[in-house]
Amino acid sequence: MDDFLLFDRVSKRFDQDWAVRELTLAICQGEVFSLLGPSGCGKTTLLRICAGFEQPDSGRVLLQGRDITALPPHKRPVNTVFQNYALFPHLTLRQNVAFGLKLEKLPRRDIDRQVEAMLELVQLREQGDKKPHQISGGQKQRVAIARALVKRPKVLLLDEPLAALDLKLRKRMLIELDEIHDEVGTTFVYVTHDQSEAMSLSDRLAVMNDGQIEQVGTPVEVYEAPESSFTAAFIGDTNFFEGRVVAQEGDYCRLAIEGLGEVWCYNDRGRRQGELVYLSVRPEKMRLSRQPLELGRNRFSGRVEDKVYLGGESRFWVRVGEYRLAVAVQHSRYLLDQQPLQWGEEVALGWHEDDGYMLQRYAEEHEALLSLPPEDEA
Amino acid sequence: MRRSRRSECWLTLPSLLWLALFFLLPTLMVFSTSFRPADPYGGLGSGWTLETLARLYSPNYPAIIWRTLWLSAVTTLICLLVAVPVAYTLARARQRFKRLLLLLVVLPFWTNFLIRIFAWKVLLHPEGLVKQGLLLLGLVAPEASLMYCEGAVLLVLVYTYLPFAILPVYAAAERFDFGLLEAAQDLGARPWRAFCTVFLPGVRRGLLAAALVVFIPALGSYVIPDIMGGPASEMLGNKIAQRVFVDRNLPQASALSALLTLAVMVPLLLALLLNRKRPEEPVALKEGA
Repeated sequence: MDDFLLFDRVSKRFDQDWAVRELTLAICQGEVFSLLGPSGCGKTTLLRICAGFEQPDSGRVLLQGRDITALPPHKRPVNTVFQNYALFPHLTLRQNVAFGLKLEKLPRRDIDRQVEAMLELVQLREQGDKKPHQISGGQKQRVAIARALVKRPKVLLLDEPLAALDLKLRKRMLIELDEIHDEVGTTFVYVTHDQSEAMSLSDRLAVMNDGQIEQVGTPVEVYEAPESSFTAAFIGDTNFFEGRVVAQEGDYCRLAIEGLGEVWCYNDRGRRQGELVYLSVRPEKMRLSRQPLELGRNRFSGRVEDKVYLGGESRFWVRVGEYRLAVAVQHSRYLLDQQPLQWGEEVALGWHEDDGYMLQRYAEEHEALLSLPPEDEA
Repeated sequence: MRRSRRSECWLTLPSLLWLALFFLLPTLMVFSTSFRPADPYGGLGSGWTLETLARLYSPNYPAIIWRTLWLSAVTTLICLLVAVPVAYTLARARQRFKRLLLLLVVLPFWTNFLIRIFAWKVLLHPEGLVKQGLLLLGLVAPEASLMYCEGAVLLVLVYTYLPFAILPVYAAAERFDFGLLEAAQDLGARPWRAFCTVFLPGVRRGLLAAALVVFIPALGSYVIPDIMGGPASEMLGNKIAQRVFVDRNLPQASALSALLTLAVMVPLLLALLLNRKRPEEPVALKEGA
C-alpha cells in the first residue's frame, strides 16, 4: 500500500507560530520512516498529531484510508515511544509492558504470554520484576519499545528515542531497533534531529524545516541529490557555488562561477544557457594533492588555509580564488606519511563532474548550517 | 560505611535531644499523670492509682470517641477529595495563574484562626448570608438551624484543614511527570482511567502526608467543636478541656489525652510502615524543550 499513513494538508499553529504548515506526506506500510530536522521544525508536533495528543488546525490524518483525525489517543491503533521513556515508576517492568493489554481486557493468560514474549524480544525477561529506577537508560528504552509494541500498533511512533543515551549505547540501540523492526515488521515513524540515526535506520526519510517538508527520499537520494540548500547543508556538509550556465555539451553543462572559474557539471535538470544555478559539492567528493590531478575537468589550484584532524578524516579549508572550500580527506598510513599537507601549502584540488549537484532551491541563510571554517589567521 | 553511620548519629543527636526534651518527656508526663490521684484543689495527690483509668469506662465516652473518629475521618476524606483536583489544576496551570491560585490557597493563613471561625458563625447565623440564601432557594426549612450541630463542625473542620491537604498533594503533583498521563492514554487508557492508574499512584506520598496532617490535628480539635458545635457534637478535645477547666481534674484530662495520643500513634505507625517498604524513586526527567 502506498499511503498507509497519510498526512493530508495538515496545519498546526501555536499562538502565532506555524508548527506544521500545509504538510502532505505519505508513509508506506512496513517501512522505517524518519522525520529529520532541527529542533523547532515541527517534527515532534507532526508525531503528536499522529498520536492524537495535538489536534491539527486544518487537514486530515488517514490510516489505511480511514480518517483518524478526530480520534482521541486511546482509540488510535498507534503507539508511542517517548523521548524520556515515560515508564510508570510505580509499576514493575512486567506491569509496565502489561499496562496496555490489561486495558484491552484480555484474559490473564494471554496477557502473561504476550508480555513474556515481548520481554524476550527486548532481552529483559530476567529483569521483569524490577522497577524502572533500578535499570539503565538503554534498558528503559527497550521496556518503552516493548510496552508500545505489545499493543501490536499499526504504526509505532518513536520520538527521539535515543536522545538521552550516550554515543556508544545509541549506536548499539540503533542496531537493536533495526533488528526489532525486522522481527515485527511494524511501520516505524522515527523523529530525530540526528542525521546519522536517520540515515542508518530509515528506508525513507523526510527532511523538515520550518513546519514544511524540504525533501522526501531514501537516505541515498537525500544525501547525494539534495533538492535544496537546506537539505544539502543540514544533512552532512557541503560547499555551495553560485554560477551561470555558459554552455551545454551532451549530458553536461559548463558553469561560470564568479571568483572561482569554470566548472563542469552533470545537467540532469535540463538547465539552459544563461540560467542561474546553485551547485553543491560535498567535502568528501573533493580531491586534494600536491601533484597535478588526473581527474575530469574540474581542476583548480589553491592554498591550504586550515586543517583539522578529526580521527577518521582530516578536514582542510582551501583557498581557491574567492572561495574557501571544505575538503574531507580520509587518511591511510598517517603516521608513516613523511609529508602530510601543511598550512599554507599550494595544492591541486578538483572533483569529478558527476559529483557536483545542482540545487532546485537556494537560500543564503542555510549557509549558516554549514560547519564553519576556523577564522583566518591574518 | 560505618564511619558515615557514626557521623550520621552525631548529626541527628541535637534534633533527637530536642524531640526527647519537648515531645517525649511531656508525653510521658501526661501518661504518668493519669496514674496519679486528683486532689480537691485541682492539683495532684500523692501516690499512684488506677482509679482514673477505671473511670474511663464512663458511658459518655464511647459516643464521643466514636464521633471524634468519624468526624476526623470524614474531614480527611473530604479534604483529600477536594485537594486532588485542586492540586492537579495547580500543577498544570500556567506560571502566572499558578501563583495566583497558590496565593488563594494560603490567603486564609493571613487572618487569625479564631476570627475565621467566628466569621463562619456570622455566615451560618439564622440571619446570616448562608442561611438566608438557602432559604431563598428553598433548600432549607425556616426553623432549621445550621449551627451547633455536627454538620457545622464538619464544615468548619474541612474549611480549616483544606489548605494543609492541598499543599502536600500539590508538592507531589508538581514533581509528577505529566507525560506519564499521555503515555497511559497512548496505551489505551481513557483520561479518567489514566488519572486513576497513573496520577494517583504518582502522588501517593502527597496523599499520605495530606491524610496525616489533616487526620491527626482533626482528632485533637477543640476550638472548632467548642464554637461551632453544641453539646451533641462534642469531641474528645472538648472533654479534655472540661476536665481541666471545669472539673479541675488533671489525671482525668491526662488519661483522655493519653487515649488521644495512642489514637494518633496508630495511623502514624501505619504510615511509617507503608513508607518503609518503598525507597524513594528518582523523579523522572521532564521533557525538555
